Amino acid sequence: MSTILYFDSVSAPLSGAERELAAAGAHFGGPVAVVGSVPDDAAVAALARAGVGRVLAAAQDPSGSLAIAQADLLLAAVRELSPRLVLAASGARETEVLARAAALSESGLITSVVGLDDELTAAKSVLAGAGRSLSRGVTATVFVTLKPGAVKAQEAEAVPTQGVEPVETAGRSGAVITSRTARARGGRPELGEARVVVSGGRGTDGDFTAVEALADVLGGAVGASRVAADNGWVGHELQVGQTGRTVAPELYVAAGVSGAVQHLAGMRTAGTIVAVNTDEDAPIFELADLGIVGRLEDVLPQAAVEIARRRA
Amino acid sequence: MSKSSSAPVRVLVLVKYVPDSQFPRHFDAGNRLSREESILSELDEYALEAALAISEAHGGEKVSPVTVLTVGPDAAAAAVKKALQMGAASGVHVSDEAIAGSDALATSRVLEAAVRRVQPDLVVTGMSSTDAEMGVIASMLAARLGWPQLTLASGDVELSDDAATLSARRDEDTEVLTLSAPLPAVLSVTDQANEPRYPNFKSILGARKKPVETLALADLGLSPELVGPGGSGVSVLEAGDAPARPAGRVIVDDGEAGVALVDFLAERNLI
Repeated sequence: MSTILYFDSVSAPLSGAERELAAAGAHFGGPVAVVGSVPDDAAVAALARAGVGRVLAAAQDPSGSLAIAQADLLLAAVRELSPRLVLAASGARETEVLARAAALSESGLITSVVGLDDELTAAKSVLAGAGRSLSRGVTATVFVTLKPGAVKAQEAEAVPTQGVEPVETAGRSGAVITSRTARARGGRPELGEARVVVSGGRGTDGDFTAVEALADVLGGAVGASRVAADNGWVGHELQVGQTGRTVAPELYVAAGVSGAVQHLAGMRTAGTIVAVNTDEDAPIFELADLGIVGRLEDVLPQAAVEIARRRA
Repeated sequence: MSKSSSAPVRVLVLVKYVPDSQFPRHFDAGNRLSREESILSELDEYALEAALAISEAHGGEKVSPVTVLTVGPDAAAAAVKKALQMGAASGVHVSDEAIAGSDALATSRVLEAAVRRVQPDLVVTGMSSTDAEMGVIASMLAARLGWPQLTLASGDVELSDDAATLSARRDEDTEVLTLSAPLPAVLSVTDQANEPRYPNFKSILGARKKPVETLALADLGLSPELVGPGGSGVSVLEAGDAPARPAGRVIVDDGEAGVALVDFLAERNLI
């Protein structure tokens, strides 16, 4: 029985999340990668080193369109292989492609899974983190999008590569991408993958200097509450929360963030949470492993200097 | 069912009746979400605003007034009512006990049948519901209809002058895309796309006279086996409150809290 791993795109070296997905595929057995844009040789070799030797991609590169061509590719692979599982990361593009293929193959879909066991029972964090659920697909093929760390699997041994198998699809394009512009992130790690995230909220009053300085000394990413993003203090791509990014770093520092339900939904699974806020009644303190009632413009710079001093 | 060039574009907004996230939310003994204190999903207000703006920008000749559709129990009529108060011209309420407990897959079957009956040229949704939070219905529905999907639009939503082509900006994590698609199409918008309007006194009074059609499964030609738990692709085994996070400690800055913070991070090997 095969396991399909859907990647929107892959390049070498594989990211941590991509290696994790490959390991999950090897764990559940018969991993086959389906890649939404045609991968180069180095990417195919990297997948083989991570235990995935078989790679399928569209005969015509579908990356100029949104979701339809990629989903048709995935659907063709599902019909060919009849996998038990189709796995992907829980990003927006992957979720859309799996949703289309699940609907067209009349298959169950479980998104944003935080734990998937060998009986294929999927654990989810629901209701903005206030609830949890266990569910299981009841169709022959089940589509699942995974949060980081959802499958506890050893990295697989390398296998020989079989190159890329081209798959003919219907060639429907749907919505086309007429322009694309990369977003700058100032040399900091990607928010969704960062080990450390330092976020600023209303309490920064628009000044992110202390937030950025602590993020940089910790090698982390900068995040923001919805208030901070809506005020234009930082770009919306840095917004953490229900309608922004969901992050699960080892360390999350919330500075001047009150902790609205919608923000907590995006960060409550962080390993360690530190909150700095002048309001001792701020809801963020209920979630914090360490809460500091104080001014972020005092506490953060002092911490940044202290970290630099100890490392010197 | 491609759009004919002469008739005005018909716009249908899908809305959901969800528990208000300002209050504690819980599951009942059947692993279903308790639906008291429910409202029109906040994220659907952005979809309605986008539809109203398109309709108003093109006048009545190119684009018809907006219709809203919900699938839900009797009480979900409140979500339709709120949408009519905000400016939608008419409502459709699909209500049938057999639909309760449907997953996204089964819900998308109901929506496909409803859309084929209403026959819009443009379907608009929010980025996700605020209860299930999957964000997959727009994609599933577009797939079933065989229409382009212009999803997660975060701004610059525009219908061309000939009302045939839709375009929008999509802000992704690492890049910004401009998307374009011919009608008929499915559009979903994020909470960045616009500022939803508030109903005023006049629109609240006017909403009482607006027509709402109620449909059952039979009206959509769907058999009950295709919906509800039996028609779903996923079975919920358990649902409940999340375990509480162990309480942490709170200190008051005495001038040395920054150093205390570093001590704490060092204890946990985080620096």
